[in-house]
Amino acid sequence: MAGNIDKFRKKHYGKAIVLGIVSLVLYTILFTEQHVLNEVFAKGGYFALLPIATAFLFSFVHGNFTGNFWDIIGISAKKEKR
Amino acid sequence: MHDIATQASNFIDLTTTTAVYLFIVGFIGGLVSGFIGSGGAFVLTPAMMSLGVPGLVAVASNMCHKFPKALIGAIKRYRYGQVDVKLGVIMGISGEAGVLYGASIQEKIKHAFGDAGSNLYVSVAFVVVLGIVGSIILKDVLRSYKNQTTNEEEKVTALARWVQSIHIPGTMVYFKSLNARISVLFTIPLGFATGILAATIAVGGFVGVPSMMYVLGAPGLMASATELVIAFVMGVGGSLKYALHGLVDIRLAMLILGGSLFGIQLGAIGTTYVKPFMIKVVMATIMMIVLFSRGLMIPVYLAQLGVISPLGDSMVKMLKSTSFAIMILALLIGAFIILKAIIKGLIAEHQLNLKLAVKQQTVSGGR
Repeated sequence: MAGNIDKFRKKHYGKAIVLGIVSLVLYTILFTEQHVLNEVFAKGGYFALLPIATAFLFSFVHGNFTGNFWDIIGISAKKEKR
Repeated sequence: MHDIATQASNFIDLTTTTAVYLFIVGFIGGLVSGFIGSGGAFVLTPAMMSLGVPGLVAVASNMCHKFPKALIGAIKRYRYGQVDVKLGVIMGISGEAGVLYGASIQEKIKHAFGDAGSNLYVSVAFVVVLGIVGSIILKDVLRSYKNQTTNEEEKVTALARWVQSIHIPGTMVYFKSLNARISVLFTIPLGFATGILAATIAVGGFVGVPSMMYVLGAPGLMASATELVIAFVMGVGGSLKYALHGLVDIRLAMLILGGSLFGIQLGAIGTTYVKPFMIKVVMATIMMIVLFSRGLMIPVYLAQLGVISPLGDSMVKMLKSTSFAIMILALLIGAFIILKAIIKGLIAEHQLNLKLAVKQQTVSGGR
């Protein structure tokens, strides 16, 4: 049983680290390039797709990271599904 | 949205303190939304505005963080078997129409009565809707406590039984959360009302979740999870509308999203540890406190419109800061109840696992 838990944690550690790094890179770009991004995103029209696409990208990367984060610190859903 | 260019060029300068503040508010908002399906967003628009963000940019950025957050929350809770995708999409589409209609009402009121009129309309909507819906949920919660039925399965209301008994040919759809076929002619107005409320007070779920529970007959856990689908569908359309005018400050939206994605995952996990009854407890608590917070602001707007005699500057300042503080308190109390329930659930499960391990060892030792 302990072996299974270790395997489970290891798998989530790996995913969390990779996704955490990608998430960090995305946030770094967002803030270092904020002036350019603000200018382009505020243009409206066809450029409106950019904030929507950015939101999807961040939710995919950061959302998966946060899911794995809670798993590796031992906070996960009750085993019995409702 | 005439002053769009001015709004867009008014994106604020971000400091580390601002970023941390938004991240934390986002986390708490996400936690509440993950648990009750909505309810975290009402504090974010005023929180951004308190930093000097123009109103429309705050609304747009809030909306742009809401739909990706709702998406992640909905996926998480779908894995727990709590989401009715079909009901969420159908109500979300009619909700989108409600958002557009609600926004046009807002614009008309603003045009006719200015900012004070618009603010008064929002505050009155908060007080009336939360007063009615909040009282219904609170009454239900108190009745469950009184009858000691908090551990029992939720009963379908007489209204929901009636809705489920009506057969209108060509409009009947089966929904798994209701385990019944109902006419979409009932879900469309409910979705529409959810959208109007989302466009008015930023939390459509205060109508969406109770209506799914009490009018359609969905269990609380499924209603709150399905609300995340509705929020996603409405949020994509709403965000696109604002983004077309260049009003989304992507830095603010992604900062709040950063915190709220931690929160929403935790809130969703929390739903697997609590009795369905707890969804109603958290929702009723938040609604009643927020109602009080917004009610405090009504005299301020009435005075600005000249309906009552003017209030002193210090009084206005005091009412505004008290109202904002109470709103934050509502969110913190909601978050506290959820975190307490999660911790209690985790401890109980840990103890159960230990007992099982000991039992297993005893059995294998006896062989």
